[in-house]
Amino acid sequence: MSGVGELSSSFSQFVARVAPEALPRVDAEHVQLAPHGTTIVAASYADGVVMAGDRRATMGSLIAQRDIEKVFGADEFSIVGIAGAAGIAMELVRLFQVELQHYEKLEGVALSLDGKANRLGSLVRGNLELALRGLAVIPMFAGWDVDRRVGRIFSYDATGGRYEETGFHAVGSGAAFARGSMKKTHQPGGDETSAVLSVIRSLYDAADDDSATGGPDLARSIFPVVMTASAAGVRQLPTSDVADLTTRVLEML
Amino acid sequence: MSMPFYVAPEQLMKDRADYARKGIARGRSVLVLRYRDGIAFVAENPSRTLHKVSEIYDRIGFAAVGRYNEFENLRMAGIRYADLRGYSYDRRDVTARGLANAYAQQLGTVFSSGSEKPFEVELVVAEVGQDAARDQIFRIGFDGTIVDETGFAVVGGATEVLSEKLGGGFDADADLASAVRLAASCLGERTHLEVGVLDRTRTQTRKFRAVERDELQSLLGGD
Repeated sequence: MSGVGELSSSFSQFVARVAPEALPRVDAEHVQLAPHGTTIVAASYADGVVMAGDRRATMGSLIAQRDIEKVFGADEFSIVGIAGAAGIAMELVRLFQVELQHYEKLEGVALSLDGKANRLGSLVRGNLELALRGLAVIPMFAGWDVDRRVGRIFSYDATGGRYEETGFHAVGSGAAFARGSMKKTHQPGGDETSAVLSVIRSLYDAADDDSATGGPDLARSIFPVVMTASAAGVRQLPTSDVADLTTRVLEML
Repeated sequence: MSMPFYVAPEQLMKDRADYARKGIARGRSVLVLRYRDGIAFVAENPSRTLHKVSEIYDRIGFAAVGRYNEFENLRMAGIRYADLRGYSYDRRDVTARGLANAYAQQLGTVFSSGSEKPFEVELVVAEVGQDAARDQIFRIGFDGTIVDETGFAVVGGATEVLSEKLGGGFDADADLASAVRLAASCLGERTHLEVGVLDRTRTQTRKFRAVERDELQSLLGGD
């Protein structure tokens, strides 16, 4: 059927055709000017999945921002968090959000969770050239699979490779410390609160050993961004709840 | 050498308009009307999968009558226009006025070009405002004419009769159930209805939602 599907339901492909200049790109000579975001963690629990990110962005040895957000609702049932060059990462998230909504509006149905995960992979692949010059953005994707009724987590590499993770995962400069922490505290099949406590604890541990990851800032009331995806949809925990849970984590130390 | 027949431009345009009007009048009508919390789109539509009412953007909805393949193409073009604009600027910079103008341009160009056949469609583009005073409803004709409607819009066949009926009972402060019941009684149809609303009370940024069968039955139930 020639002509049919000439324009697909993909927003990014449409933009690449009609307005390529609107896609995220940056001059590779200015790599060192880009602030970097760091640790993102995710863990599944009985009724869904939780994702959290610290709030620090760094430029070399400087702290560029204390309250940056790196975890976003991608659509009604999925969450995306991005570590790496902050500017490109934010644009990639914005593009991904429009991509999902665009498909849903054109087709009248939402993509499957695997379909969303694959689309994100191809967006990351589109950034490969910049990644090779040091502007890697490594997302993590998590969401509620409405068909299988389970929370799932996907990780990526800079070439767009997509890997499904079981239980928990972390990306970014503090990821090794965060994973080590969750290995001890994550309870498979536990409830939401235990999963949230586990991810907050893991971010604390990452910040303890990685200078690019920010810990909870009690003086300024800056806490991690925590989002859950479940059958009820995506929800961001209010700062007051995260503050309470962070206090509980600190008391357990 | 044969001479081409001379056709006066007035006659040419009249023929094209008659052609388009005939195509549209064959179809069933769509009513778009304001109610207390937003804007309701009510279409007579026997199909449950081929839609006449659609979401375009956060605050913008779309309804159409006429040839399905033509307005479906226009609907998709509208979504592409809105998403590209919102991505390049900001979500708040996507307006029904801009979209209605883009549609009017395209329909008008094709209508007066003389080479392609005119579109056999009529469209309604509506935007729900932060408050009722900022609600907007635009009706766009097959020839690119654009009308800024105040309370409600009627497109399709028998528009004059329907406008009169709807105008008689219209109340911008009515609740959703009354608005849908009024529209249904004007159309004289209760079973084959497709209803969508732009609801300003929704907490989500996307204000459009399709009214599902069960909810529609309960809205109509109070007759």
